Order: sequence, then structure tokens, then C-alpha cells
Amino acid sequence: MTETSFAQFLPALPEIYLVGAICALLMFDVFFGLKKPTRTASVALLLLLGGAVATLISADFGHRQVLFSGMYIADDLATLLKLASFLFVAIALFYSGEFLGRRKLQQGEYYVLVFTALLGVLVLTSAGSLLMVYIGVELLSLSLYALVAFDRENGVAAEAAMKYFVLGAIASGIMLYGMSLLYGLSGTLSLAGLATAFSGPNSLGLILGLAFLVVAVAFKFGAVPFHMWVPDVYQGAPTSVSLLVASVPKIASFAVAYRLLAEGLGEVSGTWTQMLSVLAVLSLLFGNLIAIAQTNLRRMLAYSAISNVGFILLGFVTGTGDGYEAALYFTLVYVMVVLGTFGAILLASREGFEADEIADYKGLSSRDPSLAFMVAVLMFSTAGIPPFVGFWAKLRIIESLVNVGHLWLSIIAVVMSVIGAFYYLRIVWVMYFDPPGDLPRGQPRLALRFVLGLNAAAALGLGLFPDVLLNVCQTVLHRG
Amino acid sequence: MTQYLLSTLIWLPIAGGFLTLLLGDGSRNLARWLSLGIAVATFAFSIPLYLGFDGSTAAFQFIERTAWITTFNADYSLGVDGIALPLILLTTFTTVLIVAAGWDVITERTAQYLGAFLILEGLMVGVFAAMDAMLFYFFWEAMLIPMFLIIGIWGGPRRVYATIKFFLYTFLGSVFMLIALIYMYLKTGDYSIAALQQLPLTATEQRLIFLAFLAAFAVKVPMFTITPDGSRELSWLVIALSLIAVVYIGFVALVQQDMKKLIAYSSIAHMGFVTLGAFLAYDIVANTGGVQGAALGIDGAMVQMISHGLVSGAMFLCVGVMYDRVHSRQISPYGGVINTMPKFGAFMVLFSMANAGLPATSGFVGEFMVILASFKANFWYAFAAGTTLILGAAYTLWLVKRVIFGPVGNDHVAALTDLNRREFAILAILAVAVLLLGLWPAPLLDVMRGSTHHLVEQMLSTKLPTP
Repeated sequence: MTETSFAQFLPALPEIYLVGAICALLMFDVFFGLKKPTRTASVALLLLLGGAVATLISADFGHRQVLFSGMYIADDLATLLKLASFLFVAIALFYSGEFLGRRKLQQGEYYVLVFTALLGVLVLTSAGSLLMVYIGVELLSLSLYALVAFDRENGVAAEAAMKYFVLGAIASGIMLYGMSLLYGLSGTLSLAGLATAFSGPNSLGLILGLAFLVVAVAFKFGAVPFHMWVPDVYQGAPTSVSLLVASVPKIASFAVAYRLLAEGLGEVSGTWTQMLSVLAVLSLLFGNLIAIAQTNLRRMLAYSAISNVGFILLGFVTGTGDGYEAALYFTLVYVMVVLGTFGAILLASREGFEADEIADYKGLSSRDPSLAFMVAVLMFSTAGIPPFVGFWAKLRIIESLVNVGHLWLSIIAVVMSVIGAFYYLRIVWVMYFDPPGDLPRGQPRLALRFVLGLNAAAALGLGLFPDVLLNVCQTVLHRG
Repeated sequence: MTQYLLSTLIWLPIAGGFLTLLLGDGSRNLARWLSLGIAVATFAFSIPLYLGFDGSTAAFQFIERTAWITTFNADYSLGVDGIALPLILLTTFTTVLIVAAGWDVITERTAQYLGAFLILEGLMVGVFAAMDAMLFYFFWEAMLIPMFLIIGIWGGPRRVYATIKFFLYTFLGSVFMLIALIYMYLKTGDYSIAALQQLPLTATEQRLIFLAFLAAFAVKVPMFTITPDGSRELSWLVIALSLIAVVYIGFVALVQQDMKKLIAYSSIAHMGFVTLGAFLAYDIVANTGGVQGAALGIDGAMVQMISHGLVSGAMFLCVGVMYDRVHSRQISPYGGVINTMPKFGAFMVLFSMANAGLPATSGFVGEFMVILASFKANFWYAFAAGTTLILGAAYTLWLVKRVIFGPVGNDHVAALTDLNRREFAILAILAVAVLLLGLWPAPLLDVMRGSTHHLVEQMLSTKLPTP
């Protein structure tokens, strides 16, 4: 029996801090926020920045600590993902401030739900056992279901939330079933225990359990054929929630896939890499092809997300540290760029004009040149054209694939990138080549514009000097 | 200063381009003068590059090297050889003319137009100067963005269709090259082109990589020495494609009703000569080992490429001059232009002659050298290539006859005004360049000499693993 001291809990400070912050935010909203909701918004932003600081304080760089009987892992990867999550959620809330106020959604509960979703992400990044994975997934998913339905009067949002919830519940059930099979075979819930339990030849039970887990992970990622909820949620949810669903949960999905498959079941990677390669190819194929047919920008971004998830999965398909590193880099880059894209939608929207349709961007270059320029940068980045950072992300994945001899997968990936380039280019074409008609002119909103500018500048800066982020990814996965 | 000369040539126009973009259309004249200043300054900086270049050696010069991406082992490494230098000069020279040519023609989104061209100039210099394959690809793909916007915004009818098609085709070609580069990188652990040239590759690998490169660009010839065996083996393919371009496209040009299309097709035929000359060299070294003939083919291809840049540019400008006045690119509304625009007529006839390959113009030198070289490879290659002299003359002279000569066709032509001072200056500069290169090509051939011979030696080398 060891003595319990405060120092033992220090590595879990981000989560502890966030739980405290949730309580504080609830109380603050009741006492000070009801009359002036913008106050709650500002406090929420400050709390998130505080969370980033807490993460840095608790971090023990270069060391991996396993706490609470193996339930909780604190390592550099967790630190990086937590920092990124705090930062990205803060940016997401900043972008959606005006929208929430205009749509009367700026209530304390909204921020609390965002915070609990974030808590789920944090738990997942540090998950050391199947139980933690499940808790994290549920915490994240339940908060997101509620957020999608947050705009009570909106029927489309309610429908999207319903679909999301029903399918999500099935996926959770599948995940639990897979976990129970693995537990039955190995007698342990800890991921480290699983790693040692399954080192021999594959049994049928293991393959079944793995298949269920892969399906659940694919659902959370939104990979084909488990993607049905993605377009409806992206299109139906309030824009601020779509922004959230599109961004930070991708980090969580990466964390689940990494902790569960790469760390816990790395010994039997041969089995799940095959399953993932099918999912990845299908996602690339369907995501890109269906995206071409979309007229709604948010729905197009949903299919684009599906195809990008295909790329992330391809990183896992390699089954090597190099590939996981590429997947991590891709995930961070993708989330950063997608935040900017939704930020641009929010900047283009206003009272009575939600810029959701692609046609709403006609002639944007003459109505709002700086916004059009930023969107063009983000689109070229997502399409993977240098000098923007999206190019390096795709290159990194393809390189890791070629490295393990998956030449055909890499050829499929690049051909689908070319097809994908078409619908990103169409946005640029609509903005730059089409006449503006009588669509509204741009509005200043300088703070939002400035942060969005930084976001686009980051896509260019990290593209010119890709070493910065590439080295970070290499270091946290201990391949330095 | 000379230490960072190449970086200056790349980043000065790019920075200037962004500055011009920032100015916006509010201060249109300022944007024009600024971009002209940047373009002239860039051209001025490229002159010491020519003067300081030693043409007797094949070594890269004006080398700059800094570590760029440690993860990929890719460097920011720049340098020029005798092949890249003339192309860089052509780029900086034509950009000045492009800025001047659009002076009061481009009235919509002027700042964006000028900015895009300056950025494109910097990226193109980057493509020519990159000594690292990843850096090369970086510039190569980035070029697509300004080109996409330039064609899409300021292009003619069906411009959106044209630009999307252009972008996707180029992108598709490039990604295969990217996979080939990654494949070789994983074998060498280095993206420097010099390292890739040392890499041993089997015959199958070389064939596939060759085809991947061919899909991306048929004209970046030095890259093909990475697969010398594959290039020798498959040179017939490129030669056949080139000859088809030369002969078939010549016939297509003959029936065009649109002046711009006619010149575009003639441009394809001329580029056919470039690829023909370059890949004839492989054929010659493979069959006869004749170093002289191979060098002749490469020299001819280079002269043809530079000449094509000048002559086609000038021809398009001539069409632009008429379009600005009559707003038609068709041949039929013109006729007898020489009566109302004598100065313009003189220039147009000169450039048409250069286009048809008249001796004393730059068009003659390149074509003649390539045809001579093709005799050393195969008589029938030379025969097919030689038909272009007839076809080129036919479509160009017929164009001139219908547009320039004859009686005044209609009231539009009767109301034409001759060249203004700006147009006269631009066309005069181009005319001087075309004649200079035609009468005295030595300055160009001298800087290339060392590099050409080195290139031929590489063509002769083999990198098949010895059994």
C-alpha cells in the first residue's frame, strides 16, 4: 500500500483541472452569465487557455508514466494531443461566438457540453485500459449528441441528432461486445495486458473481437461504410457544432486508434491492418466521388472529411511507427485546416444569410477579397498542393505507405487526391471566376478575420517550414 | 551578393507579387509601376548570373544549400547549369514584357493579374534552379496555383473549363512523378537530384520511373538521365509522339479559323521539335554511340525552346494587339491590315517568318540543328521532321496572307490605328532578340557547352546492377 500524495495525481492535472473548470463554469453562468451571456463565453475561452497551461505544467517531457493501476497513461503523445485539443476547442469557440449570439444559443449549458466533450477527448488521449476507452468515447459522444440537437427549434438538427444518436449507440454496443470478447480471451482490461496476452497465433475469437473494435473505431472516425451519420450531422447541426464535430473528435479518434490498435493490439497488427486497408480505400473512393456531386458546402466538407479519414487510416494500415507518425501529423494538420474552413463559413454568414451553399460563395473575391484569399489558401491546402501544409501531410502518408511496399495503396491514394482536388478547386472557381450577382458584401468583424488570417498563415507557414511540426510528431512518438 | 543570387531571383518576384496583391485595385497605376519595377529588377539581377557563368564546365554554379526538411532529408539547394541558365533568363526577360504588354489592356483586377504573374515568375525560376527533387516538386506544383487563377480569371471563352482541365491533367501527371521520387528517395535516403542520378535501378524500375516522369513533363530533359537505360530503351516512344506532334499538329494548324488557336497548335508542333531533339540524343547514343550527333540534338532542342518562347510569345502578342482593336480572334474579320497598320504588319511578318523557320531568325537555328541530328539517327525521322518546314511555312504564310495582306477587308480594318509606343517597344525588343539569336546563337550555345557534354555522357552511362 503506497501513500497517496498530491504529486501522484499531477500527471492527470489536465483532466482534474477540466472537471473543476466545468463546475466553475456552471456556477459562473448561473450567477453572472444569465444576464450577459457573452461573459460566459469569455470565461470559457480563458478556462481553455488555462487548461493548455495546466497541461504544460503537468507534462513530464520525454517520460512515459503509467498511473492508477495501468488505467491512465501520461506520455508525450498525450501531452501533445491535449494541448492541441485545448487550443483547437478554444479556436472553435472563438470562431462561433458571433453565431451563437445571433442564434440565441449562447447559454452556459452549451459551453458545459463542449467542455464535457473535451473531457472525453482528454480521457481518450490517456486511455490505458478498455474501460477508459469506453468512458472516453461515451463522454465525448453523449455530449456531441446533445450539442447537435442544441438548437431546439430546428427540425433538421433534431433529425441529425437522432440519426447520430441511434447509430452511435449501436456502435457503442459493438465496441462493448468486442471488448467483452477480448476480455474473455485475455482476462485483462488493461491495454498493456492485452499486448502481452495476444502474441501467439490468432484465434477466431480474437479476430472476431478485433473486427468489432475496428468497426467501432471506423464509426467514430466516420469511415465508409460506417459514415452514414457524417453528412447529416455536418449539414444539420448548428454551424458552430459542425465545426466542433469536424475538428477535435478526429484527434480523439486518432488517440483511440493509436492506444487501442497500435499500442494494445500491435502484436496482431497483421489482422487489423487488412481490415483498415479495406475501410481506407472505400473511404477514399466514396468520400471523394460523392463530394463532387454536393451543392451544399457543409455536406461537401463532410464527404471531404470521410476521404481525409481514409488518409489517416492509411497511416495505420502501414502498421509501423513511421505510419502512425504520418497519421498523427495528418490528423493535426487536417484539424487545423478544417477549423479554418468552418471559421470562414461563419465569417461569411450573417443574420438571415447562412453561407451554407456553394453558390453562396459566388464572386466572393470581389465582395470580400481577404476572406476569399484565405478560403483559397485553405482549399489548396486541403487539396494537397504545395506550398501549403496539406501537401506535406499527404506526402508523409504516401511515403510511409511506399516504405512498407504498399505501392498500389499509394497509387490509389494519389489518384483519389487528384479527383478530390476537383471539388476543392470548384470552391476557388466559384469565388474567383463567377460574377458576384447581388450577394451581400463582406463584413469587417476584425477579430474573427484576424484569427482566421493566422489560421491560413499557419497553413502556409507550416508548408514552407514543415520541419517544425514534423519534428514534434517524431519526438512524441519516440523515434527521434 | 552573388551568393544569394538565385534566392533573390526566386523570392524577390514572389515578395513583390504579394505586395502588388496587397495594393489591390484601389491604386491601379501604383500596382503597375511597382510590378514593372520588380520585373525589371529581377531581370537585372539575372544578368550577373549570365555574366558570371562559366560555360566550359558542367558543374552547377551559384550553389546555395541549407537544410530544409530533416525528416525527408530534403535540402533547400539551388544551382544552375548550362541548361537551366538560358531558361531562367528567358523567364525573367519575358516577365518584363508580360507586365508591359498588359499595361492598359488588363483593366479588371489589375493588381491580382500582375501579382499572379510575378509569383509565377519566382516559382518558375525555382523550378529551373532546384537541385533537390523535393524542392523541385514543391515549386513545380505550386506553379499550378497562379496558372489556374490566371487562366480562369483573365482567360477567353470557356476559360473555367480550360483551367480545370489544365489543373487536373497536370496534377495527375505530377503525382505519378511524386511516387517515383518517393520510391527512389526510400532507396537513397536523399532527395538531391545528384544522389538520385547515382542510384542503381533495374530495367523494370527504370521503365516505370521513365513513364512516370514522361506523364509529368516531357521537357524537363535532365531529369531523364536518372533513368539512362530506360530512356535509351523507350526513346522511340517519345520520338514517335514528337513526330506525330510535328506532322499531325501541323495539319491541324492548317485548318484553324481562330488565330490564337492556330498559333497554339504551331506552338505544340515546335515543342515537338524540342522533345524530338532531346530524345533523338538517346536514340543516337544507343545505336551509334555518336557523341557529336547527340550533343547537336540537345543543343538544337534548347535553342528551339528559347526561340519558341520568344517567337510564340511575340505571335500571341500580335494577336493581342489586333484583338484589343477589333475584339475578334477569328481570321475572317481581318484582311489588308498592312494598309492601316504598316509598322505592326512589318513586325507580324517578321515573327511569322521566324515561326516558319526562315534562316537568320531564331526559329531556323533550332529546327535546322534538330533535323541535322535526326539524320544521324534515322533518315525517316529526318524526313518526317523535315515536312514541318513545309507545313509550318504553309500555315504561317497563309495566316499572314489572309490577315495582313490584300485589300482592306472591311470598315473595322479601315479604322485600325497603328501600334502605340508601348506596343512598338515590346515588339521591337522581341524582334531584336529573335534576330540576334538567329544570326549569332553562339552566346547561348557557349553557356550550354559543358552541360550538354555532361548530359550526353550521362546518357551513355548505365545503372543496371551488374549481374
